[in-house]
Amino acid sequence: MSTDVDLILKKYKPGKREDMIPLLQEIQDDNGYLSEDNIIKVGAFVGMSTTKIYGLATFYNQFRFIPAGKVQIKMCHGTSCFLNGSQAVINKIKEETGLNPGQTGRDGIFSYDIVTCMGGCNNGPVISVNGEYYPYVKPEQIPDLLKKLRFIIEND
Amino acid sequence: MEDLKKFLTGNVLLFESDSLTPDTEKVLQQIRREKTGKPVIFISSGTSSIIAGAEKTWNAVSSYINDNEPDAELVKVGCNGPSNFEPVVSIQLPGKNKLYFRNITEEKVEPLLNGVFHSDINKDDLIGQSGSRGFELWQGIPFIEELDFFARQKRVVLNNCGCYDPESIEEYIARGGYRVYVKVIRNYTYEEVCDIIERSGLRGRSGGGYLTGLKWKQALNTVASSRFLVCNAKESDPGAFTDRTILESDPHRLVEGIAIGAYAIGASTAFVFFRQGSDYARNRLQKAIDVARDYGLLGHNIFSSGYNLDIIIRKEPGAFVCGEETALISTLEGKRGMPQLKPPYPTTSGLFGKPTVINNVETLMNVPLIMQNGPEWFRSFGTENSPGTKVFAIAGKGRMSGVIEVEMGITFRSILEDIADGIKEGKEFKAIQLGGASGSFITAETLDMNVDYEIMKEKGIGMGSGGFVIIDENTCMVDLVRYYMEFMHNESCGKCIPCREGTGRMLEILESVIRKPVSEDAGTTLERFKGVMQLETIASVMRDTSLCGLGQSAPNPFMSALKNFREEFEEHIFDRKCRANICRGLRTFSIDVEKCTGCTACATKCPVNAIYGTRLQPFFIVEEKCIGCGICFDICKFSAINVK
Repeated sequence: MSTDVDLILKKYKPGKREDMIPLLQEIQDDNGYLSEDNIIKVGAFVGMSTTKIYGLATFYNQFRFIPAGKVQIKMCHGTSCFLNGSQAVINKIKEETGLNPGQTGRDGIFSYDIVTCMGGCNNGPVISVNGEYYPYVKPEQIPDLLKKLRFIIEND
Repeated sequence: MEDLKKFLTGNVLLFESDSLTPDTEKVLQQIRREKTGKPVIFISSGTSSIIAGAEKTWNAVSSYINDNEPDAELVKVGCNGPSNFEPVVSIQLPGKNKLYFRNITEEKVEPLLNGVFHSDINKDDLIGQSGSRGFELWQGIPFIEELDFFARQKRVVLNNCGCYDPESIEEYIARGGYRVYVKVIRNYTYEEVCDIIERSGLRGRSGGGYLTGLKWKQALNTVASSRFLVCNAKESDPGAFTDRTILESDPHRLVEGIAIGAYAIGASTAFVFFRQGSDYARNRLQKAIDVARDYGLLGHNIFSSGYNLDIIIRKEPGAFVCGEETALISTLEGKRGMPQLKPPYPTTSGLFGKPTVINNVETLMNVPLIMQNGPEWFRSFGTENSPGTKVFAIAGKGRMSGVIEVEMGITFRSILEDIADGIKEGKEFKAIQLGGASGSFITAETLDMNVDYEIMKEKGIGMGSGGFVIIDENTCMVDLVRYYMEFMHNESCGKCIPCREGTGRMLEILESVIRKPVSEDAGTTLERFKGVMQLETIASVMRDTSLCGLGQSAPNPFMSALKNFREEFEEHIFDRKCRANICRGLRTFSIDVEKCTGCTACATKCPVNAIYGTRLQPFFIVEEKCIGCGICFDICKFSAINVK
């Protein structure tokens, strides 16, 4: 799925700083993360030092610098989900996967993020796995769900 | 399609007179599906519908149609409000009023459609009927407009939501869309548009409540080579989803609003700053922009008026602070999204040093309506100081939830009791949290307050972005405040010390309040009390010395909760009790000797080995060792563990 970064760069004009964020976003959408090589290439293209790009990209929590897992879990921690008990689900995910929000497991299967409000305020707590939503999640469902997902990935 | 485009452009958009010819009206009625010989099935499609399973419903309906009713037409519409009714399916049989059904999940599709097509309607899932003149009524079925949820609302901004296919520009034009925009760019000067908006008294809906027309005039009167309009669709408060719903249900009106706004300040580029994660809404808006460009509504020399405009969508890269005007501008310029000192205000020197107007989605949604109906029409709603309506996203513990729109001046009690229909499961009302992580609480005493910028300001309550979270007695206020503080601490950009350190310190102290006092010596107790005593000081310093709105308002939930629920904080601190039984650290566990079978399940799982006993004899918990994690409570199959 990852196309060459040069193809993405061609769509932009060189040396324009305001294109930096959309550029990085597009690379990340395509590759799943920002690799060191790509950041160096972007730096040469926009005319900014690599450290400055890192400074910019680490400020925002969208960018990741290690490849994302095959299963991307997003947990909603908006107010409504919080009132319906998302904290317990978050604790359970942490317990089961050992991951903190924003991390990817060593085996590269799960990556896990916390987001604020996905919009399922009436169906909370909501969890999204690779874009598919699971409403009314309870902590006791988490182990089975993770086992199922791991099974699918490992046998694929 | 090309013919239709030509027809709509020539006979509707560029038609000189206000009243269209009867022939045109006929075509438009067909596009609006008011004169159609076949059954039409509408399925709601928005993020909240999809989470509730609308995509599966869609598949089930389309396979049913293929098998049984090949004539029927299937249409995707936006959300019409109540999220707890999702997925909503509405069915219009030829010549009859539209029927609305709620919670139609995959498995309910077949019985429902069988019933409707054979005139045997299942009343359990029915919400009501709705229709326009000349349609046959259904006997004994209520009108949805008369239901409490809709009757107390004043749907102006939301009037298109859930009624038409948001991906069809034809339908939007057939509903009167884009006509006023074409009229504006062909006949009005910039100043005239600003004047009309100023006279209407429209105030920015993002919280501050600044007069929109005045803001536009400031930008227009600044001499510059170019100007920018930015639509702030950032909305990242936890629990607020008004903008997203509007964008998913009625993207074309936003495009029209942005276009008129950009024209009013003479901007030829407008940005929409989107929140991360609302991909569904973003795709809809992108489609709307593309098709509007295809119709010649955007681009170069629009309809030979000499006016150029392009709308560019930018994704927010994930930082709460970017919702602040100056931080948003920094992000658009490709810098770290940190707030800047004001003045200069963005209206004089904003994006790339040019005058920039930043408006929120709801504000811009009002603009086409004001231009169409005039400022007096707009002033006929709401109060003297705050004309118009306000959109709220009701979430939390109310019986109803979803996006609603009310006339300014309505009381919060009316929203809570009539529209949200009270509290779920007959629980006691505790508070309404208004405006997300930096908002305040409305309690039983302030419930009779009116929704009005000035009245609320007097009471120290900000309108916020539209988050309206209903809280019941089962919620612990200290825990909730800690949750908001954790959010603010994570999102503080780190520029000013009061906010960066203050949120951290406040979070630490609040955590120490709800933590289990295990092996607590005099020193840690003293530290906690010292901390608690400093909370208010920290909060007031943060309020006074932070640069941007985020830092200044970060202590709001705490200050407001302390003012209204002081006794609950005191209970946590002095009695070490949580009345809602939420704070796990403050619970004490004991084993019911009668019920315990001595299965050892709890003792083996206890992480601190605080449970002792002999197999097949009742066990007991050593309270001093217990950390209150609650694992024993969850694991016990005989409910022998008591919580206090």
